[in-house]
Amino acid sequence: MSLVVNSTINGDPIEFSCEPDETLMDALRNRVGLKGVKEGCGTGDCGACSIRLDGALVCSCLVLGAEAEGRSVETVEGMSDGPKLHVLQSKFLEHAALQCGVCTPGFLIAAQALLEKNPTPTEEEIRYGLAGNLCRCTGYDKIVRAVQDAAKVMNKSSKRKKTSGGKK
Amino acid sequence: MNAENKMPKQVFRSVGTRPVRPDGVDKVTGRARYGADYDMPGQLVGRILRSPHAHATIKKIDISKAEQLPGVKAVVTSKDLPDLTDGNEDLQAILENCMARKKAYYDGHAVAAVAAVDAKTAKAALKLIEVEYKVHKHVTDVDKAADPKAPVLRKDCITEGVSPAPTKASNIALQSEFGHGNVTKGFKQADHIVTRNFRTEQTHQGYIEPHACVASISPDGTGEMWVCTQGHFVFRQQCAQLLGLDMAKLRVTSSEIGGGFGGKTHLWVEPVAMALSRKANLPVKLVMTRDEVFRASGPTSATSIDIKIGITKDGTITAGEATLRYASGPWKGSWAALGAMTAFACYDLENVKTTGLEVLVNRPKTTAYRAPSAPMAAFAVESVIDELAAKIDMDPVQIRIKNAASEGTKSSYGPVYGPIGIGPTLEAAANHPHMSAKLKKNQGRGMACGFWFNFGGQSSTHINIDIDGSVTLTVGTIDVGGARASLSLVVAEEFGIDYEQVKTVIGDTSSLGYNEMTDGSRGTFASSMSAIASVRKAIDEMIKRAAMMWDIPADQIEWREGHAHATGKSNANLAPL
Amino acid sequence: MPVLYESPQTTPEAVALLSKSKGKVHVLAGGSDLLVRMKGGYIEPDVIVDIKRIKSMNVIKKTADGFLIGAAVSCARLGEHAALKKAWPGIVEAANLIGSDQIQGRCTIAGNLCNASPAADSVPAMIAAGASAIIQGPRGERQVAVEKIAKSPGVTTLKKGEVVEAILLPPKQKKSSDAYLRFTPRTEMDIAVVSAAVSLTLGAKGVIEDARVSLGAVAPKALLVKPAAKAIIGSTLDDEALEKLAAACAAACDPIDDKRGTIHFRTKVAQVLAKRAAKIAWQRAGGK
Repeated sequence: MSLVVNSTINGDPIEFSCEPDETLMDALRNRVGLKGVKEGCGTGDCGACSIRLDGALVCSCLVLGAEAEGRSVETVEGMSDGPKLHVLQSKFLEHAALQCGVCTPGFLIAAQALLEKNPTPTEEEIRYGLAGNLCRCTGYDKIVRAVQDAAKVMNKSSKRKKTSGGKK
Repeated sequence: MNAENKMPKQVFRSVGTRPVRPDGVDKVTGRARYGADYDMPGQLVGRILRSPHAHATIKKIDISKAEQLPGVKAVVTSKDLPDLTDGNEDLQAILENCMARKKAYYDGHAVAAVAAVDAKTAKAALKLIEVEYKVHKHVTDVDKAADPKAPVLRKDCITEGVSPAPTKASNIALQSEFGHGNVTKGFKQADHIVTRNFRTEQTHQGYIEPHACVASISPDGTGEMWVCTQGHFVFRQQCAQLLGLDMAKLRVTSSEIGGGFGGKTHLWVEPVAMALSRKANLPVKLVMTRDEVFRASGPTSATSIDIKIGITKDGTITAGEATLRYASGPWKGSWAALGAMTAFACYDLENVKTTGLEVLVNRPKTTAYRAPSAPMAAFAVESVIDELAAKIDMDPVQIRIKNAASEGTKSSYGPVYGPIGIGPTLEAAANHPHMSAKLKKNQGRGMACGFWFNFGGQSSTHINIDIDGSVTLTVGTIDVGGARASLSLVVAEEFGIDYEQVKTVIGDTSSLGYNEMTDGSRGTFASSMSAIASVRKAIDEMIKRAAMMWDIPADQIEWREGHAHATGKSNANLAPL
Repeated sequence: MPVLYESPQTTPEAVALLSKSKGKVHVLAGGSDLLVRMKGGYIEPDVIVDIKRIKSMNVIKKTADGFLIGAAVSCARLGEHAALKKAWPGIVEAANLIGSDQIQGRCTIAGNLCNASPAADSVPAMIAAGASAIIQGPRGERQVAVEKIAKSPGVTTLKKGEVVEAILLPPKQKKSSDAYLRFTPRTEMDIAVVSAAVSLTLGAKGVIEDARVSLGAVAPKALLVKPAAKAIIGSTLDDEALEKLAAACAAACDPIDDKRGTIHFRTKVAQVLAKRAAKIAWQRAGGK
């Protein structure tokens, strides 16, 4: 029997129904229509279905849809600010950090979580931080460079915000 | 002289620049639609029942209980996919692989499939299908399968390519031989001979996106399919043939592709989705799980390769011989011949002989994987070349330069080479600073050569110029790695317009003439040639029209920077069109 | 039978569900093992009891008996807990080696324990630390040493209706510390081929007063190797003591032989890792 789940998805209150043993990945894709959440393995190995659940980076294939009740979910569809791309999205484009693109949504979400936790990661920290995401095409180097560059830009703009905030 | 020096030194305006890829924004925003991301109204969920045995005769399949489960709309077995292949062996192998007929040949081989209103019902229905198997001994190792004492997969498998034909069935399906000269004589001239056996394991292409499709077949014999593939025209042809549809009535649209690496050149589940849809008279979506991808879609062959190479003290190869056994899965088609062709193709040899063997094993059907069959052959040959170089204390790069094929060399697989870059490439590598850089701790340096063919094949493209001057290029080769960017650059270059004014799209099978797959490194190469031809035709046509408008002869008009320009003093008053 | 998803708010409710529900009842903590098995069709639960809404299972608490780590606390949260990290660096480093950041956002050490894999990363660290599992069941509470939870691969000694509520780490002694090391072919996202954990307490002049040594992936379950601890107690971790430690570890190994590691390889690496882990724990405890 289906359950009704109420959660906040990309900032909006969303109600969806799902089976008790249905994964959040399937529910997001097939019930809510957020197909940017990709299934690569369904077993937590590839990271293509990465989302934020109450801020925590998780594989949505290892979460039940029912668990999202009352919780907040963030997916790649919620990353940009209207038509304005998130810095990570722009940097992935600029550095050609994607090829087939099926792993890209997961990488972006994981990179976002990484930079929130550690705004100035070293290359090694980026590689460890993104170890839960598999990419078959790029060889990872361009992804690492895109994240490094995004971190730089994000730190500059947050400094600017702080200074301008101080003047007020 | 280097091959590339013969090329004209053309100055490009667009080609060679690095714009942002046109498919990029959709991919970073989650908007790009892959195989599993598309739904048709009223679609059912398809699921496949797979054999738990590596080798078994299917004695009986009872689908009645599954059919009676509420919510189940269709259950199919091989009976729903009758053999319409008309003796075409390749198609027959696809058919048998998509749905086991008398025998299941590997763990994971499909034996039945269901379409139901939801995933839960489809899963429950699979459990209600009763299959009675008679389990046989199986063989998965290539050397063991080639042994005359091995369990034989097919009683009718008489080795092809051997004369006279063997009288007994075996697992060696096909033998192909290449070479020239006399290797026995060649080995007698050698100062050193190295003989080795190399084994490589089966490897999966490992694309992140599992195979997925949505198929819809109507009672009037028309159909549609959305699918992730490296070649939707080929998929259309083969599916239409297997299902007995008119090719023209089946329209296949390719999705964005989440990696292929050769593995998406082949049909695995698509005819099953179509058979389910036909039986249910509703669209059916079939998505493989990762487990299914690994169990039942194309890996590359496991191999066992014998290499023998003879060399003189000064480093000249006097003879090369190879026997290459490629595990083919339960059907031939592993292209052992390509391994036999490429093994020694980098070298100029007087005496060479290669034998490729396709060996049937109880493993999934193999398919293309990045220059199919060639890397394993190169690995074996190059390892022995290294060993020989060490034996005569010669630099491993120099020994390769000494024996490299050049223009006029009779290749190990037959043809005489035109310009070929292996020698100059090796010399450039030898002179590169990396070759003399000092090695740090735990660092090493290696050198190996490999050979691959390049071919064109059939391509068809379409150019549409809009009233604002922007251009759509429609191509029929799948973009697996960035071809849309490359092709847009090519079109911009030819027209003399900006990259941003060009949009390249992949057309469906009803919008263009036939296109071969994106495989064998042909996609951008072949589509570019067709695109250039299309652009030039369009420019000719526009010049003709300008001539009519200006009422001047066409030869007084030239095309520059996206415009028709009238030439000559008398036409100076005509503004470019 | 339709599957039921239950998310009790209290431990007694969870125990009632676990003991009274019909069919196959499974506890859902992080889900990083349960959902994988469900996806593969290896298990098909009739009832899933999600313990993450139970407040007491969702906290890390410092008590007089030591740190109490709720069964639903994710491994990522262990890494964010400064006091815990300082007291039990070995436990935290083991927990933060499990899977990826994504997995650590979900997985729990109680789940790692109850999954009963011989290669579980956090289990040897917990064994070395002398941790115990607080178990709630229809007959009330019991406290069991963690090394007694796993019986064999995938099988635990928990009885019907029982659930691990929390993991209790003993009070931290002065001049004590712990360490965990594992061998994997990949640096991340891999499962231990061999692992070792050492916890020790130093006395006067840096002499080891107390120690516990545990090995993972060298037997059907993670081992507490008492002779290995004995080999270093009373020493200052000199070479002779380390060799004795290694010998005791080798004697305890009874590994499988597969393509990830031969018996010889696993036995050899167990000795190396145990020695290295002991040295790290010793340094962390203030040994010089």
